[in-house]
Amino acid sequence: MKNSYPVYKNIEIKNIKNWQTGQTGELFIEEGKFVSELTAPAELVIDAQGMTALPGLIDVHVHLRDPGFEYREDIFTGTKAAAHGGFTAVAPMPNTNPVADTVPVIRYQIEKAAEAGYCRVLPIGAASKGQAGRELAEIGLMAEAGAVAFSDDGVPIASASMMRKAMEYAAFFDRVIISHCEDPELANDGVCNEGIISTEMGLKGIPSIAEDIMIDRETRIAEYLGCSVHIAHVSTAGGVRIVREAKARGVKVTAETCPHYFTLTEEAVRGFNTYAKVNPPLRTEADRLAVIEGLKDGTLDIIATDHAPHHEDEKDLEFSLANNGMIGLETCFPLVYTKLVEGGHLSLADAVEKLTANPAILLKQEAPSLEVGSSADLTLVDLDEAVAYDAATSFSKARNTPFRGMELKGYPQLTIMAGKITWDSGKLTAK
Amino acid sequence: MARIKPLTTAERSALRTEVEAAKQLSSHHLLGMQDLKPEEIKLIMDTAFMMKNILSIRTKKTAHLQGRSVITFFAENSTRTRLSFDMACKYLGATTSSIGASDASLKKGENLYDTAKTLEMMSTDILVVRHPQSGAPHYLASRMDASVVNAGDGMNEHPTQALLDMMTMIEYKGAIKGLKVAIAGDAMHSRVMRSNVWALSKVGAEVRVAAPPTMTPRYLDQMPCIVCHDVREACEEVDVIMGLRVQLERQRSALFPSINEYAHFFGIDAECLELARPDAIIMHPGPCNHGVEMPTYIHEHERSVIHEQVANGVAVRMAVLFLLNAKRNAKRAELELLEIQSDTDQIDY
Repeated sequence: MKNSYPVYKNIEIKNIKNWQTGQTGELFIEEGKFVSELTAPAELVIDAQGMTALPGLIDVHVHLRDPGFEYREDIFTGTKAAAHGGFTAVAPMPNTNPVADTVPVIRYQIEKAAEAGYCRVLPIGAASKGQAGRELAEIGLMAEAGAVAFSDDGVPIASASMMRKAMEYAAFFDRVIISHCEDPELANDGVCNEGIISTEMGLKGIPSIAEDIMIDRETRIAEYLGCSVHIAHVSTAGGVRIVREAKARGVKVTAETCPHYFTLTEEAVRGFNTYAKVNPPLRTEADRLAVIEGLKDGTLDIIATDHAPHHEDEKDLEFSLANNGMIGLETCFPLVYTKLVEGGHLSLADAVEKLTANPAILLKQEAPSLEVGSSADLTLVDLDEAVAYDAATSFSKARNTPFRGMELKGYPQLTIMAGKITWDSGKLTAK
Repeated sequence: MARIKPLTTAERSALRTEVEAAKQLSSHHLLGMQDLKPEEIKLIMDTAFMMKNILSIRTKKTAHLQGRSVITFFAENSTRTRLSFDMACKYLGATTSSIGASDASLKKGENLYDTAKTLEMMSTDILVVRHPQSGAPHYLASRMDASVVNAGDGMNEHPTQALLDMMTMIEYKGAIKGLKVAIAGDAMHSRVMRSNVWALSKVGAEVRVAAPPTMTPRYLDQMPCIVCHDVREACEEVDVIMGLRVQLERQRSALFPSINEYAHFFGIDAECLELARPDAIIMHPGPCNHGVEMPTYIHEHERSVIHEQVANGVAVRMAVLFLLNAKRNAKRAELELLEIQSDTDQIDY
């Protein structure tokens, strides 16, 4: 199912509140760009009273499961869910089957996303062949074909020397390595945070040092080489501190965290709740607060979802056997807005920057903007009405979310990518 | 109103006992000692001593579970727990069947949901589960109508073991409140340790856990127990010394250098007995690695109650099965009692 929303030659959005200035005004869209005025009468006029316009959001960390795991998600459903969440670009990790470690897979993903028409797909190529951590993948050729960054994601590169090679080599092609930091030996097949919950429930724990040690390793390699590195989904207080210290030393390190790390703690695992099983695991309250602190002081540059769709069978299991991960595209902005902005931790402008400008820099994209001349990528969000999250409303094939029933504000009502509607709740366009 | 077959006096009295018992239980599952209230533990203890009496009479058979089906589902190997549940079921007159780790469906990788539904469709009343994954009984309990009894799940809990340990302590010490209990061994992987810590702390015992640092869960001190790394320190002035099985078969990750070193620093020996109260008892959930957790002369010591624990295991499991069945029956039984009452009223007038 491709995007079948009607296509308009031009669109006028009136009474829209600007995210930066807070001013209410109009936006004009023609030929896929924002313009100062329309050359012809508007085919679609949207009265966006009460809505706030944000530039199209960019997610630097998703799993679209396509090719190979289409029973969990495919590029059609994944990008549709992305548009539903206000995103106009998403970067899928390479753990597909075959692994996205060669040009044909990268091209396939970009082309299929273009065919679907819901959201740009900016593929992340594997850093090593087959994500095996032994030989470099064809980073240069993939970069040429459109891969925006390189990572072995969930299969961390255990060898420091291999990581060094990947960083050096990718830098030559002006691409960054994204590292899922987890020392596999310290993680030791753990299934939740090593803490009071793992102790009480008799589950194998993943210690926070499994993450901290590898974040330290990556920042030191980057420092030594003078090249950049991006740390995926930081979940620990130690990790935030190490990134902060590295930045202070001048290391070219950027870092992301995810909504679940600033919203939930390991307590969510109680009752063997597999929806709260994710890697890195949900940590302690002290870690959660440190992650928020890291977002506030700029240590954590980016908020990404790590959208990880799984089939019901892969979650409806004994806790240790269930897969890691949760879907997150459609709850991302509502969580950011409700927990961080309304929660008094970030201004709306700072929050949006972590979902637009900073991701754009990392992925070497033009920063999304509502300015005249920019690509008409935007999402209109309702910042006033609180709605309990209903997983059944998701456009993903999957329903694995721990956020069911959470009262959230900020759901996107209309998303436009390059002048074309990609999600419309009908609230604003209904006649 | 539908006429029902009149009950005999004995049946009526059994029914009343059940209804009373059921009122005091909060769940028709037994998933862990963490969930039980002290009153519920007391109820199980009282019932277990009653069952032990039944076991001592010549005809060791009751009809409490007649017409009820119990399935023992052991996805992990076990000899004594499985046999103990099996005997308990038979003494109570239940129809029993069992599934073991080597059974075909498990080997074929059937998932737990399908297993649950299959058992459900065979109208299982009580399911006794031993499973290598922590939380598996909780999973089954949330998806089945049957009562679920946790017979050991991963590293999480083994509630009937804690209950039989408590029963044994009550037999030898009169009461549990105020007792000092030392538990020594592989605390990290031990569901027996977890269940005992929850249970004993709830009824007023002091629990000390001694294990090598590599076998101590890092946040154990946040559970209701005192963490000692020295078994001798743990045994000072205690009333009970309990060994935990060191899972030598799982010793690939080398949590201690050698059996020799383990036994030297963490084994329960004569010195531990010297440090403990003179009437301290020795316990072990079995099977014991002789010469590792304790030497044979401690295992067979005059103060060892290890064999008595096995006997109490049957009584405790009879009590648990009886009570959970009572809880299951409670609603229907209450209805029946109401009908009996109205029948009686009619006769009186």
